[in-house]
Amino acid sequence: MTELPRISAGRRRKDRIMRGLLAAATGVALVPLVLVIYYLIYKGAGQWSGQFFTSDPNGNFLGYPGGIRSAILGTIEIVALATLISVPLGIAVALYLVEYGKKSLFANVVRYFVDVMTGVPSIVFGLFIYIVLVVAHVGGNFTAWKGSVAISLLMLPIVARSAEVVLNLVPGSLREAALALGAPRWRVVTRVVLPTAASGLVTGSLLAIARGAGETAPLLFTLGTANGLTFNLSQQMNTLPTQIFSDITSPRNAIVARAWGAALTLVVLVLILNLIARAAQRRSRLA
Amino acid sequence: MEAHTPVIGGDRPALERSPLARLPDRLLKWGLFGVSAAVLILIVYFFIRLIGQSTLAFNRFGLFGFAFHNRWIPSRLIFGAAAMLFGTAVTSAIALIIGVPIAVATALYLTQLCPRRLRGPLTILVDLLAAVPSVVYGLWGVFVLIPKLKPAEQWFANTFSFIPWVGGHVAGPSVFIAGLILAIMILPIVSAISREVISTVPAEHKEAALALGATRWEMIKIAVLPYSRPGITGGAMLGLGRALGETIAVVLVIGDDPAIPHSIFGQGYSLAAVIANEFGEGSNIPLYRSALLACGLVLFVLTLFVNGFARGYVLRGERKMFDGARHRLGGVDEPEIEPAMGA
Amino acid sequence: MIRPDTQSKEPTVVSPPDSTQQGSTAREEAPDVSALGAPKPQGDGHNVVLEGLSAYYGKMHVIKDVNLTFPAGEVTAIIGPSGSGKSTVIRCINRMHEEIPGAHAAGAVKLDDLDVYDPQVDITSVRRLIGMVFQKPNPFPTMSIFDNVAAGMRLTGIRGENVRERVHKALRAVGLWGEVKNRLDQPGIGLSGGQQQRLCIARTIAVEPEVILMDEPCSALDPIATLKVEELIDELKARYTIVIVTHNMQQAARVADTTVFMLDGEVIEHAPTTELFTTPKDERTERYVTGKFG
Repeated sequence: MTELPRISAGRRRKDRIMRGLLAAATGVALVPLVLVIYYLIYKGAGQWSGQFFTSDPNGNFLGYPGGIRSAILGTIEIVALATLISVPLGIAVALYLVEYGKKSLFANVVRYFVDVMTGVPSIVFGLFIYIVLVVAHVGGNFTAWKGSVAISLLMLPIVARSAEVVLNLVPGSLREAALALGAPRWRVVTRVVLPTAASGLVTGSLLAIARGAGETAPLLFTLGTANGLTFNLSQQMNTLPTQIFSDITSPRNAIVARAWGAALTLVVLVLILNLIARAAQRRSRLA
Repeated sequence: MEAHTPVIGGDRPALERSPLARLPDRLLKWGLFGVSAAVLILIVYFFIRLIGQSTLAFNRFGLFGFAFHNRWIPSRLIFGAAAMLFGTAVTSAIALIIGVPIAVATALYLTQLCPRRLRGPLTILVDLLAAVPSVVYGLWGVFVLIPKLKPAEQWFANTFSFIPWVGGHVAGPSVFIAGLILAIMILPIVSAISREVISTVPAEHKEAALALGATRWEMIKIAVLPYSRPGITGGAMLGLGRALGETIAVVLVIGDDPAIPHSIFGQGYSLAAVIANEFGEGSNIPLYRSALLACGLVLFVLTLFVNGFARGYVLRGERKMFDGARHRLGGVDEPEIEPAMGA
Repeated sequence: MIRPDTQSKEPTVVSPPDSTQQGSTAREEAPDVSALGAPKPQGDGHNVVLEGLSAYYGKMHVIKDVNLTFPAGEVTAIIGPSGSGKSTVIRCINRMHEEIPGAHAAGAVKLDDLDVYDPQVDITSVRRLIGMVFQKPNPFPTMSIFDNVAAGMRLTGIRGENVRERVHKALRAVGLWGEVKNRLDQPGIGLSGGQQQRLCIARTIAVEPEVILMDEPCSALDPIATLKVEELIDELKARYTIVIVTHNMQQAARVADTTVFMLDGEVIEHAPTTELFTTPKDERTERYVTGKFG
């Protein structure tokens, strides 16, 4: 009977141990996620009520501290403005890099700086807006639109980078076919490239929006604070992240409880955006 | 013979486009160029302004004085940011030490060992860690992590008090907790980059290892990890960049004490946290404001270095591995000749 | 977010053809298989027998009930058009086939009387006994020449002087020793294509297998390198059971004692090489070897 060389028990054991460790590490990595979601629901779901979503924080020292209506609407307003700024600009930069700049020195420099921007801490963006706009009293002191601009600075490189990846996925043969038919460059871009890349661009933008909606630091010294609901972007405004941030340090239990409810709301909002983004990604006609 | 261009309808050659028709093209091109240039200018402008705003503090305390003196007393307008630098450095170090091995382990598991059906869902879950806003991590850290870990931390501090930087009273908010939360926050980035790098290991190297009779783990050890090392290191550096700049979660759990703690379970501060915490008060006092902005500048420069280095190291590291070999051949770059095909 | 540039990952190491390789000595180094020690006595080698072997990629049935014997001390070539399943067959022998997700095999592959598909059998042991050389030379890119050859050995715990000795023997056996002995610590991928492939062969024989499987080992090499590898195969066959898959019929004619012709996952004909090429029994074999298709 042919004898196979025995693999040493030590090797087999080491293999099993290491594989177990790697699997265990993955489990460990997921523990915080589970715990965060658990506590959000445990402590936050109880806060959700009609009153929670339809009343504003009222700053009272006693009694019901108010809901988060102004925070939710404020977040929506600010993020909407930030999106209006950063998404077209980000896609524009990406379009330039992919369609015109390509490997030129200028394009590479832009690419590098966009990369740099993705690594900048979000608070630094807040500082920037503070220095440039707030100190100079451009159009008021603390205003909501300045907060939007800070958030849009944060979103811009995210949109630009993902858009560049998506636009690069549009096959060159498609562009060539359109050009060969005599279409001018700008038509190729608007009628062929952009529509093909559309769902990928949407995905990238949604992920950037989800990121922007959750940011607190850029807002700290740009949009001030407010309790009341306002639709005026040139006033101070409340947002979910800033509301939560200020509620955490409150000595009142009722307000801390409100922070949990608001946090759950924010996470649900961000998760929905993420899920829509993934759904859009799956329907993409590209990779 | 003269070249003869066909003429249609008048005296314009048929193949020429009217200047008006070319306008949208040029508009598009130069418009996009302008946007891109504007982004560049914006960044440079910001850098210059930030430096400008910081000079007041730097002039008063000196560059090194500001960075390395551990005295932060706003009420007397004395600003030395050593404690903040320390806190930033230590929390980031803890984040790397805890976060990177786990992130790489999950990347290895998900790409090499995980049953196929689980791979998608588990990957999404790991990535979802990145979707949680930092203020939510802060909230959770303050009311869940700190109280729940305190007994364990105290036990650890008592049992291992002979190790320096461990031992003493555990207050609750601490440098360690901040580092732990940072580890959780950088995990998804490092894992995602590692996964991407690991999945580009060519199958032929993995096959070569398996064909030699390697176990799965041995195959990972000799074929996957060495190949992925530059990329994973780059990913870790990007995680570091993220950890350096994280503000909200840190300011909520680190204790906001401008001092260098005796142990990792003591309270501290970080560059980002001090800005977030004290900007409200400090913005009206020029020197105070300048000191805070100087912290911002230091932070900005730090992250620039780390991110730039990460990019350079990763790219260079890969190319060095394969190019170095080619140079030894004396630079002959002829393509392989195909052997003659059969009959 | 910033990503490391993983685009240009594949190390397209273009190596100069061996004919222009600076490193080769003026006196052509022949493989010195005697460095491996005395050959085993006749009849001590291992036959490989495939019994009713079938292989699947998911539901796709790609190898259909194959019965073959590969005798010890001989070279058997498997030829056939692309898609005939020749590579799949040999990958079933050392159970590399099942590394592909969704792929599985049925039937028996016997090393003498031991079925490697027996559930009691440990796959890693099988692969130590049955070595494989791949189509594209694949030395480990992060390892030196020495470490490459030693890689398999070190897995089994061999250390120190033993390793050095066996690396030396393996490199001498494949005829690389003279060319690399002064640069053993340099990267394995710094060698030319043909040298890399011989390095991979050295790596394979360093673990002292009984069977060597070769999956189109010369198709990525230039003619000079190809000849060197074929010369090596000729020297090695006395000590191993060698199975070589090739799409180059002249190569089969040069190196193989027996040739198998496969088509669509089935063995069509199996005969001594000269017989298969000059007087094929099956009409399909005849059409293939005369170049009417393939």
